[in-house]
Amino acid sequence: MLGLAADRLRADTNRLLAFLFHQGILDEQFLQLQQLEDESSPNFVSEVVNIYFHESEKLLRNLRSLLMDRELSDYNKMGIHLNQFMGSSSSIGAKRIRNVCVAFRAASEQNNRAGCLRALELLEHEYCFLKNKLHELFQIQQQRVLAAGVRYPMQN
Amino acid sequence: MTVERIVSERKDQFPVGMRVLAVDDDPTCLLLLETLLRRCQYHVTTTSQAITALKMLRENKNKFDLVISDVHMPDMDGFKLLELVGLEMDLPVIMLSANGDTKLVMKGITHGACDYLLKPVRIEELKNIWQHVVRRKKFDRKDRNNSDSQDKPHADSGGEAAGIGNADNNVKVNKKRKDQNEDEDEDRDEDGHDNDDPSTQKKPRVVWSVELHRKFVAAVNQLGIDKAVPKRILELMNVEKLTRENVASHLQKFRLYLKRISCVANQQANMVAALGTADSSYLRMGSLNGLGNFHALAGTDQFHNAAFRSFPPSGVLGRLNTPAGLGIRGLPSPGTIPLGHVQNSGHSSNDPSKLQSFIPGNHNANILQGMPMSLELDQLQNNKGVSHIGELPVANSTSVFPVPGSLMDARITGFSNNPILGVTSNSLMLEGSSQQTALHARNLRDGVSAIGFQNGNTLSDFASIDPVSHQLRDSKADLQGQAASINCNAGQIMTRVPQEWNSSIPANGAMIQLDQCLDQNNSIFHRTMDSDSMGPLNFGDPLSIKHSEANNSAMEPSVIGKEGYLMYQSRTQGNHIPDNIGSLEDLASAMMKQDQDNGKPTYGSFGHNSYSHRTCI
Repeated sequence: MLGLAADRLRADTNRLLAFLFHQGILDEQFLQLQQLEDESSPNFVSEVVNIYFHESEKLLRNLRSLLMDRELSDYNKMGIHLNQFMGSSSSIGAKRIRNVCVAFRAASEQNNRAGCLRALELLEHEYCFLKNKLHELFQIQQQRVLAAGVRYPMQN
Repeated sequence: MTVERIVSERKDQFPVGMRVLAVDDDPTCLLLLETLLRRCQYHVTTTSQAITALKMLRENKNKFDLVISDVHMPDMDGFKLLELVGLEMDLPVIMLSANGDTKLVMKGITHGACDYLLKPVRIEELKNIWQHVVRRKKFDRKDRNNSDSQDKPHADSGGEAAGIGNADNNVKVNKKRKDQNEDEDEDRDEDGHDNDDPSTQKKPRVVWSVELHRKFVAAVNQLGIDKAVPKRILELMNVEKLTRENVASHLQKFRLYLKRISCVANQQANMVAALGTADSSYLRMGSLNGLGNFHALAGTDQFHNAAFRSFPPSGVLGRLNTPAGLGIRGLPSPGTIPLGHVQNSGHSSNDPSKLQSFIPGNHNANILQGMPMSLELDQLQNNKGVSHIGELPVANSTSVFPVPGSLMDARITGFSNNPILGVTSNSLMLEGSSQQTALHARNLRDGVSAIGFQNGNTLSDFASIDPVSHQLRDSKADLQGQAASINCNAGQIMTRVPQEWNSSIPANGAMIQLDQCLDQNNSIFHRTMDSDSMGPLNFGDPLSIKHSEANNSAMEPSVIGKEGYLMYQSRTQGNHIPDNIGSLEDLASAMMKQDQDNGKPTYGSFGHNSYSHRTCI
């Protein structure tokens, strides 16, 4: 049973990853992250991704508060936050998020507040989606680890 | 003993074990970078703060082989860190950024980065970074052959000063001291070539002093920039203890400069051509000026160095209507104030050789504080004037500084009031016969008004300039006293120019005189100045001053007026590591930016087309 579960979990993982790659949510950079995971750093991917989530939420909050300020929209500051968000997203391999950041940056350079707002909403949406998917991925992987920990006398 | 063994093992297996210092405020990228570097078998130290990084580097210069740093960091600008590391520790620095904008990359190069990587960083790129360490070591040995031990001797293994790094550092160091004492530089230069014995070399450097650079440029000009090879340049220069490698690295940088300047100059040329005032000599002036970056523009036949030497590179952009025309001796002003449509029509009687332009420049002493201003004078009547640059009119010449009546159109928004600038940065030389004084006074007023700028779009306050004109009218041709100083406080013409310019302007006795004169007039202008930024002048339409968008932040380097005038904004006064290139780059970037802005795609063009899946999941 559990042997099958392990296979199933593996299949789930692959399916999820294939889906994410296919939809352009993740790109090859994520693969690089996975390749960096080995015995010496077994949880590297989840570690990095969790840091990314933590930082990104801060950045998104900052961006929103900057945009909500009606009197003075500090586009420069926004640019700085955006830049960091873009850097970390692309380092993770979050391709779609990065693309939204590019558009966001373009809007902010034009001081286009409406455009920035739209971009921010999209960004938040994409981010939530990515976070959900990656959490799903990690859960499956955790289950796989658990499943692999169980040994059967006759397991291949 | 164990440590020694480890160290020697590391070195033997180089690049394995290369010691890298990684700096990035983004923890995600920092962790990723660290892991990637470890995967390349480097020895990694990380920090998220530039200040900490500097501390680590300073406490032990031999602790690291290479530094990788992010560009945008909250506590310190990555470029600044780059410069400091290059200057103090002479280590190769690689810049890292999510933003691969050309101007940023250029900025990195001009600040001395060995490389500029884009995020996301790939391991393949990191596998090769050790080359920068090796390259430096090689150049280091070669370059140090003929130079005496200089300021910073350090152990060979830690010494990362490459040939280029050397020259770079020297250039920077030179620029810093330029205003202080030119002679000092030359002395050091002489000393630098004393020691011939390589075995006793600590870390000798070739100091590219103004003199030396002048010879260099003269040699290059003589050979022709295309045919200039280090060997021949070396022969022509005929300087003892200068090696071919020194010349080669210096030539490389020189070529970079020229390229950059010519790009900018081309753009300017286009603008000028569009405006109908293309004058190649101005362009040349401009480009040559940019060379001022290299310790002053030396050796150009057409220009006498004295005046140009101090021109900050930003002046390049300008058609420097130079002090020569203005009769300002030794005015290291970076540029010329755009005088709108400067037409000579009304002043045919004036000495045709005089350029009708104001040179808003920072005087030497104050340059450091202030902002060199360079404004392009769009239509300089006198081409000949160009050739007179450097030949400052003497007091007794009756040449007048003609300010065309059309200057009235030039709108000025007052003077920026920057106390730090102290004495004027704007000096207009008025000399001339009495009958012309009235005219000049008026013109001067108008012209002066063109010099000042306010932060907002308001137009100049002409009334405030009247006292000046009176003063000018009263004072006759007294060269010293009248070194036509209309004091405009710092920002006026220039707003903010990268500080580096300031230091590149050498102290000049004439300037000091001007300063004194300016002091007298200073009070007049203080009250009229209220801001240190300015919008671009729109000379085509006297009543409107257009702000280029990039005018808000203090860091915006330049603003391009509608008519193509280039105005620079210098960063606030204070210290800075001189880097004239920065200003050029800023200018170029501002130009490009404007172009881009015009054609910017609207938001929303990025489209996603894969939303459908969401509903399924």
